[in-house]
Amino acid sequence: MNRATLDLWVGVFVAIGLGALLFLALKVGNLSSATSGETYRIEAKFDNIGGLKVRGAVKSAGVVVGRVSDINFDTESYLAVVTMKLEKRYKFPRDTFATINTSGLLGEQYVGMDAGGDSVMLKDGDVVQKTQSAIVLEKLISQFLFSKAGESGNDKK
Amino acid sequence: MASKLAEMLTNLGSRVTSAAWRLGFASRFFLMILMYSGTSLRRFHLTIREIYFAGVLSLIIILVSGLFVGMVLGLQGYDTLQRYGSAEALGVLVSLSLVRELGPVVSALLFASRAGSAITAEIGLMKATEQLSAMEMMAVNPIARVVAPRFWAGVVSMPLLAALFSAMGIFGGYLVGVKLIGVDEGSFWSQMQASVDFREDIINGVIKSFVFGIIISWIAVFEGYDSEPTAEGVSGATTRTVVTSSLAVLAADFILTAFMFRGA
Repeated sequence: MNRATLDLWVGVFVAIGLGALLFLALKVGNLSSATSGETYRIEAKFDNIGGLKVRGAVKSAGVVVGRVSDINFDTESYLAVVTMKLEKRYKFPRDTFATINTSGLLGEQYVGMDAGGDSVMLKDGDVVQKTQSAIVLEKLISQFLFSKAGESGNDKK
Repeated sequence: MASKLAEMLTNLGSRVTSAAWRLGFASRFFLMILMYSGTSLRRFHLTIREIYFAGVLSLIIILVSGLFVGMVLGLQGYDTLQRYGSAEALGVLVSLSLVRELGPVVSALLFASRAGSAITAEIGLMKATEQLSAMEMMAVNPIARVVAPRFWAGVVSMPLLAALFSAMGIFGGYLVGVKLIGVDEGSFWSQMQASVDFREDIINGVIKSFVFGIIISWIAVFEGYDSEPTAEGVSGATTRTVVTSSLAVLAADFILTAFMFRGA
């Protein structure tokens, strides 16, 4: 086989190899949806974050508006401090309500933002005042069981 | 009795010594390849030729096995996931297992048996038919002319082949999961994109396959260069290439995984 044909085949090979990498990066990975634009940082304190992880989504009305950038534990208030980076173009009122939700019954957890009615908007470094913790399934079940047990105890009286 | 014991001890000692000698020679050989690779990069058509033999000719086996591995993952993953009512996570399962583990490892094992064995046999036969000595006679360095291009061809081809394997496997999982079984197409792709991270998963997979490429090419060229110049010696060296590089790839995979995906 002469040199030109070899070059051609190797060129085709390298091209489709790089094409596969590009496919992995854009279609399979999150490179295309990564928040590349400008962001601002807000914090929220939760009693319990459940299974929330760094890089988890921040959604409002189901639309991804940002990502969780950091999770810390505050030893003074014994609360979890979740730092989020929101995209600059999405502004939220100061009395926005932050909750930790689960997508589906066993899906991954995300921070949900329910916009309030205040005219002052959250800005970089602000702390969200109103939060609601993750719903821990075990706690719900045990509460349910205890209330059931209490009911049957009352019936006997 | 005493003489038998002495004989056993002598055998054991010579085995250990020869293993240590081979390891030392292999390391020196690796440095020699790096030192002489300047020539092979200047005369790049030599490397191109070897990329053709190692990479382009391995395409068919990599693509077909990638497709089948992905299709099997689709079937098995669906079977398990639908028990927990989360069949939509099929895309996540298929893509993460391919990009992180199966893509680099399985394509490395295939590459070792498809291309590594061929490299060893070729260099071993060159040695057996005294072509290597003839080159040295003509003041052509056989490491620069024969060994280094084959080494670099393996190192270049391996990440590309692994990426193709993963892409093909994800396509196979898509075919089985979405087209055949009927998992929702939108959630298949969107959940995949939500949980596959470019840096954490894809780049780490590429780094893995790059390391595997170095390991396999190094073992293949070394076994060929070190083989006994007989028909038996070449066949033994070819077998050793496949066995040693497969084991080395799996061991290195464990070490790399322990570093990359610890706790995350």
